[in-house]
Amino acid sequence: MSKLHIEAVINGETREFLCDAHETLLSALRNGVGLTGTKEGCATGDCGACSVIFDGRLVPSCLVLAPEAQGRTITTVEGLAPSGEGAVLHPLQQKFLEHAALQCGICTPGFVVAAKALLDANPSPTEEQARYWLAGNLCRCTGYDKIIRAVLDAAEEMSGAVGAPTL
Amino acid sequence: MSERTFKYVGTRPIRHDGVDKVTGRANYGADLSLPDMLHGVLVRSPYAHARIVAIDTTAAEALPGVKAVITGKDIPETRAKLPLGEGAIDLHDVSDNMIARRKVLYEGHTVAAVAATTLDIARQAASLINVTYERLEPVLSIDRAIAPDASILHEDMRTKGVPNASKPSNIAMRMEGKRGDVDRGFAEADVVIEREVRTPTVHQGYIEPHACVARFGEDGRAIVWCTTQGPFAVRDQCAAILGMDAAHVKVIPSEIGGGFGGKIVVYLEPLALALARNAQRPVKMVMNRDEVFRATGPTSATKIRVKLGAKRDGTFVAASASLYYEAGAYRGSPAGAGMMCALAPYRIPNFFLEAFDVVVNKPKVAAYRAPGSPMVSFAVESVVDEIARELKLDPIDVRIRNAAVEGDLAPYGPAYGPIGLKTMLEQAREHPHWKAPLGPNQGRGVACGFWFNAGMNSSATVTLNMDGSAAVVTGNPDIGGTRAAQALMVAEELSIPVERVRPGVGDTDSSGMTDLTGGSRVCYATGMAVIGAAQDVREQLRARAAKTWNVNVDAVRWDGGFAIPPEHTANAQPLGVAELAAKMAHTGGPIVGRASLYAPMAGPGFGVHICDLEVDPETGQSRVVRYTAFQDVGKAVHPSYVEGQMQGGVAQGIGWALNEEYIYNADGVMENPGFLDYRMPVASDLPMIETVIVEVANPLHPYGVRGVGEVPIVPPLGAVANAMRDVTGIRFTELPLSPPRVLAAITERNRETVGV
Repeated sequence: MSKLHIEAVINGETREFLCDAHETLLSALRNGVGLTGTKEGCATGDCGACSVIFDGRLVPSCLVLAPEAQGRTITTVEGLAPSGEGAVLHPLQQKFLEHAALQCGICTPGFVVAAKALLDANPSPTEEQARYWLAGNLCRCTGYDKIIRAVLDAAEEMSGAVGAPTL
Repeated sequence: MSERTFKYVGTRPIRHDGVDKVTGRANYGADLSLPDMLHGVLVRSPYAHARIVAIDTTAAEALPGVKAVITGKDIPETRAKLPLGEGAIDLHDVSDNMIARRKVLYEGHTVAAVAATTLDIARQAASLINVTYERLEPVLSIDRAIAPDASILHEDMRTKGVPNASKPSNIAMRMEGKRGDVDRGFAEADVVIEREVRTPTVHQGYIEPHACVARFGEDGRAIVWCTTQGPFAVRDQCAAILGMDAAHVKVIPSEIGGGFGGKIVVYLEPLALALARNAQRPVKMVMNRDEVFRATGPTSATKIRVKLGAKRDGTFVAASASLYYEAGAYRGSPAGAGMMCALAPYRIPNFFLEAFDVVVNKPKVAAYRAPGSPMVSFAVESVVDEIARELKLDPIDVRIRNAAVEGDLAPYGPAYGPIGLKTMLEQAREHPHWKAPLGPNQGRGVACGFWFNAGMNSSATVTLNMDGSAAVVTGNPDIGGTRAAQALMVAEELSIPVERVRPGVGDTDSSGMTDLTGGSRVCYATGMAVIGAAQDVREQLRARAAKTWNVNVDAVRWDGGFAIPPEHTANAQPLGVAELAAKMAHTGGPIVGRASLYAPMAGPGFGVHICDLEVDPETGQSRVVRYTAFQDVGKAVHPSYVEGQMQGGVAQGIGWALNEEYIYNADGVMENPGFLDYRMPVASDLPMIETVIVEVANPLHPYGVRGVGEVPIVPPLGAVANAMRDVTGIRFTELPLSPPRVLAAITERNRETVGV
């Protein structure tokens, strides 16, 4: 069976890849495009390690078929930090570091992407809103305490300091 | 308390590997691919207990794209043993667990492996392998395993620790511990409480599945890239199982996505190597979540009976306990460790303990964070709570009255050095949490917990760069911030900014032999090696300064990052690390410090936890609404990651207490091998977890470090269950306290109350 040719905007760039009809977007991102920041924890949509933003919507990429990406816009963890000269981290990434919101780090890409989708939808979430939004992302190391603090701190910084440097 | 003042240790720098991990750049087990690589998959048994009659691989081998197929016959059996972690590992069993020879002993047991050009072809080939089984009775519980007519897993198994055990048994070992006169002790007691509890099989639940890539050269030398807690352990297991020289195997650890004890024993690596050897191409193997649940490391289900006697004032006078721990398919549960932990927090003059290691048709258990301690702590802390209730005493007061202090003999032998248990209990009693009012349907529980912590082998190398920065390399994969801790230690010893230290994880060729990341040992034992290596650099710097000044090295002092010349030395000014580093080529060449050590003991760790639980009486659903964890960590090197270890351990313990369990059907097939049905805590299940770090210096470590990672999973089971007792009036003796179980008990209680 021949592969399908897919073209999608990934992290702001038009990217092409070949995939099987039954291949997941997660597999295509990791193996076809070479973006291994998106992780597989379960392949059943339960752990959130493979979270990406797909046409503005937070999805587990293990439950999206790769051919569905044709013509779509996808943001992965690699696309969060502005690239190029004087590149800095996204405020969420910076706050994850400052709050020690990661231990092993395998769930971190999914959390950062899911948290970005949260702040896109709700720039000032309460603790409870953040906890329920992120309930689709499993972390086995941290007990979530520092993750939630990092997300709330990033939200405050992003909404409170328009135009201010993020570092 | 430690008297030394620190400049860097105790601060909270951003971890050195952090940016790579928040940007997705860090490479984990499944992230590596090699040119011309094959994909390996495993064929697993659908039965929990069966004899392998025949394996037909013809059709699989004939499939285009298939490059290698192996079965148990292709891996010779070994009788080697390997000292590993907290006990010797029987490599025969590790190997047989990796690929079954004569019998399959649990559903999911590997029987064959295939490597093919694509994952799809490999999966198709696996489905073409035809295994003929003769099914046997699955043994799925301790009660069944020890019954006289039970099906026997291992015909050659005789119970160790029982004199003249002649008949085959599913009890692999019996252990015993005692002190004083337990019968007289119970006779002196004013109150005696006895309970039998059960805990289910639970999994470590690391989010990253097992993964590796193996490459085998024509010269017989091999490289394995894998996610592991111990690259040297993987190397030595691979070499012994495949009959290779350890020098011919190099293991390169990837970043590791959690382990908690489950990534020590090999499941994939020797098979990937064997496939790569046969195919003469690299082979990548990645487990899926279903395989991780069915065939890797859970920890023991247990049945534990505890009896405790106390005087009217709450003083414990006697205790007895029997502990049955499931080992899974092969011997080696943490029953012995559980027995030694059982009474560790308390001073009890008379006790009698016995522990049994029982094989059942479930996956072979692996280490899980304080292996064996949480289950028995649940049993003991439940009984302590009952004693306090019976005597109408405050549960913290009872624990303070009996708390072990420095000089007391631990139940497992040695006298305790300085420990912070009593201090923490006193702090807990005064903490606002303990005094806060409870809301409707809420209750409060408290529990103590203990873990030994481990020492073992560690090595470290510190290289000083010519610009005055430094690199430190150890063989410990960084699971929870150990790089940052090691950089802090080098910064402290050399008085250079922590940002100018690059901490690295070496492979088995480039780092000195180091035992695994586990046993709460990295910051402690490897930390001592790092400190030693940095001090070695410092000594070399003193010598270089002495040479520069042409004075005797003994006359050169070291102070605050400077070599200080002896008084009245002509033209001599103090020389800093950067100045000495810049001149290293002219004063003797590169400056590399090293240290290797074996730490036979560690500093015992204790924790005290307070849990507030809210229970919905109509659904049985419960929710932790407030939680405070106290822990004596000796010295917190990077306090943020110490807090993180405590919070993470608490969350795992709460999951164990409230929801997590393996569910098997009558045939021994696991029915919930996914994160939807094996219910680990998510963010909306938990409150913020308050941590109180107590620092009673461990005299065995230069900074007082004790190790922190394991203790915090021990108290939550008891703390949650005691809170549940407080809310409902019901003493639950079986975990998890899942909504159906709690609702059934509440319904039963209500029926009894109204007398229907």
